[in-house]
Formats: sequence, C-alpha cells, structure tokens
Amino acid sequence: MNSRVILEKKQLDITLDRLVCELIERLGDFKNIAVIGMQPRGIYLSRRIREKLTLAIGKQTFNYGELDISFYRDDFRRNSSPILPHELKIDFDVEGKRIVLIDDVLYTGRTIRAALEALNDFGRPAKVELLVLVDRKYSRDLPIHPDYVGLKVDTRAHDKVIVDWKENNKKDQVSIITTEPN
Amino acid sequence: MKKFSQKHLLGIKDLTPADIQLVFESADNFKQIINRPLKKVPSLRDVTIANVFFENSTRTRISFELAQKRLSADIVNFSASSSSVSKGETLIDTVNNILAMKVDMVVMRHPAPGACLFLAKHVNAQIINAGDGTHEHPTQALLDAYSIREKLGQVKGKKVVIVGDITHSRVALSNILCLQKLGAEVMVCGPTTLIPKYISSLGVLVEHDLMKALQWCDVANMLRIQLERQDIKYFPSLREYSMLYGLDKEKLALLDKEIVIMHPGPINRGVEITSDVADSKHSIILDQVENGVATRMAIMYLLAGQKPEI
Repeated sequence: MNSRVILEKKQLDITLDRLVCELIERLGDFKNIAVIGMQPRGIYLSRRIREKLTLAIGKQTFNYGELDISFYRDDFRRNSSPILPHELKIDFDVEGKRIVLIDDVLYTGRTIRAALEALNDFGRPAKVELLVLVDRKYSRDLPIHPDYVGLKVDTRAHDKVIVDWKENNKKDQVSIITTEPN
Repeated sequence: MKKFSQKHLLGIKDLTPADIQLVFESADNFKQIINRPLKKVPSLRDVTIANVFFENSTRTRISFELAQKRLSADIVNFSASSSSVSKGETLIDTVNNILAMKVDMVVMRHPAPGACLFLAKHVNAQIINAGDGTHEHPTQALLDAYSIREKLGQVKGKKVVIVGDITHSRVALSNILCLQKLGAEVMVCGPTTLIPKYISSLGVLVEHDLMKALQWCDVANMLRIQLERQDIKYFPSLREYSMLYGLDKEKLALLDKEIVIMHPGPINRGVEITSDVADSKHSIILDQVENGVATRMAIMYLLAGQKPEI
C-alpha cells in the first residue's frame, strides 16, 4: 500500500478559488441559486465553497443546503451493515431553482444518481449542476458528468482517493492510496 | 461502524442502549421526512411486509402501515377475525402460508405472551413485535422514550412515573426496560392489586400515593385501565379509581413544578386522565402518535437494511 499526495494545502486552496471563480462566472446574477453539499463528506467542501463565495459576491445571497441520500441509495440490503442516515438541511423551496450539487470525489456516479432522485422529492429544480473536487476518470457506472471539476485523476478500481479537511482530519490535502491487487 | 444488533424486534429486553440510540438518530431523519410535502422515501421498495394482527388495534396498526407506506414497502394486512384462524389454523401455518407468498418481514400482534419469539424461532422472516399479550410492546416504549428525549432534551437522569394497570400492561414492561437502558429512573404507581408483587426486582420504585409520585417525577405516563384483560375485579369501581389514580387539573395545580403528561392511548377520558389534562399544553399525547410513525420507520429501516440471508 502506498499513499501519494496529489493536492497539498496551498494547491487545494488555489483550486477552491478557481472553482469559486467559475461558479461566479457561470451563475451570473445569483438569482434563484442554491448550493447543496452532499452528506457525509461533501459538506466540508460545500462549506468552504460557501465561505469563499459569500466573501466574493458581497451583497448577493444564495440558498445553501446539505443533502443526505441514504434513503435513495441503490445498494440498500446489499451491504452487511445498514446504511445510516446523516443530517439533512434544506430549508428553502427547491422548485424552480438552479442547483449546484457539491461532492468531494466523483467515482461511479451512483451517489449523484441517488441525489438527483432525492432532490426531486423536494420539488422540480430548474437545473442541476455538479461540482466535484476530484473526478476519477473512466470509472463511471452511469452516464453522469460533472460541470465544475477541481482535478481529474487516473485511478484503478482498487485505488482510493482520500480528501482530508482541517475540520475532520486536521489537515487539508487530497491523496491517492494505491494497493497492489492480489 | 454502528450496527443494529438484532435481526428481529421481539422486545426491548434484547436491545442494547446503542441500538436504542441508533433508532433515535434514524427517527430524527424520518421525522423530518414525514413533515415535508413529499413524505416518502424509496428505501424499502423491494421489501414486502405482512401486518398480522390477532388482536384489535387502531393506532399501532395505522402507525405501522403509514410507516411502511412512507418507506415504499409493499404491504399486506391480515386480521384474525376475518381469516382462517377462526377455522382452526395454527399460528405457524398461518404465517408460513403468508411467507410462501414471498414476504420478508412480519409485524405481529398476538394475545399470547412470547408469540413473537416462538414465531421468530420457527419461521424464516424478520419479526417485529407489535404487542404480545401482557409481555412487551417494544415500539411503543421506543416512541415514548423518543418523545421524552424530544421534549426534555435527553432521557438520562429523568424521573418517569408509570401510573395505572402495571400487571396487565405490556407498555409498562417495555417502558421500564427501555427507560432504564437509557439511564432514567422509573417509578410505578397504582393500587396494590394492579402492581405485580416482584416488580421491584426490576429496579423500579413502587408508590401507591399518586400525589407523592407526581411530586417526584419529571414525566407521568398514564396507562389505560385494561378492562378487557381483567378477569376479576381489581378495584371497587372506576369512579374510585379515577378519584385516587386519575390525573386531573386539581392534582396538577397542587404541584410546585410542571410535569410532562404522556398516554399510550386509547384514552379512557375521565378515568385515568381527564379531558382538560389530556388536551393541555403539558400533554404530549399527540406528539407520541406522530413520533410513533418516525420511530417505526427507523426500526423497519434498520432491520430491513440488513443483508438478507440466502
């Protein structure tokens, strides 16, 4: 097993700044916008983005929420331990909003599929876009494509991409753990 | 990884405090779901549940049914009065016939204590006890404790008195076990005839004076007098019972503090509790009913989420 850091604190910060700039560029006047982080790990990223975005756009405001997709996952009853839910916080009307979903790593796309289904239960959004910090290329099980990408990486199926945040693991960094297949 | 320790829910006795916490944490999520415009999640869409009721029930059956529907499970309802049980079919045969139609989970209420345990040993399905005779009613205890947690912040360290027919009450036993596992102090209160002789071996306090019990407690859970289970007269008259053990405004006014009033339903208004108390702001009776759906969703979600054994 060997671990390789692909984004250090400074680079991560630059990447986040770029993502925020892209959001400002593409979202225009910030009317009817909602930024939604995905529980459990996407919320650290979405909270950082919210912080930077709020600083950058000054007076304009946007809705912010955190979505839990436990009840919408497609592997219920297929795991040995039950899928435990996390806190969900969406206190605005999703109907007609332009939504930016935020997650840390995009891999098979199954989480995003579940998120789209979950979002529909809150109303019919006008548009849903996807922001991810790390996109694991060529590994999708479903036709899902991100709109904003921090970093694209090539990985093999048995590799793991780990995103650490100061808030949950003392330091900001992204690393790949590779294990040789037996 | 946190995990629910049981395959069935037969009684509170089998649960660990961690299991109960897990049910509460999941119930928080489900409570949010049942309060939003679209009150449904697709989790249990490939699970079929049979509600088998050998005894009458309104609240529990509707609560289970709604919980199942909100989890998108397929359900079949069965009540003994309109079935082949009256033709002499045994319990195992009845349930095995239902299971032959590919049912994953059985929610059962039965007049015989231990019926659910018996079934769990002999049939291949997950069993949820919705009340077995005078033994246990685990989902009621979980929703009661959940309601206390919601109202008072936590259950640990709280003083709860259970008033009324302790002998014939499955709610009482499950409540005692559940509250103790969560670290609450429990007292039972009622006429000597309705309190089992060895109840103090469970570690509960016993009090026969309602005023003293109310003065001691933070929460009073008023049980229904189960006239249908009482084969002999346990007290001279309902009027006397309600004078001594019924909760009314006058008794509450004598207390120097506010207490939370609970009742598992159905209420005999004017017997164990008067209307003005049942409908007052101290009463969380309707919150209990709402929380019933959320906790039952949590239990079925946690049980059904286990990988089926093939």
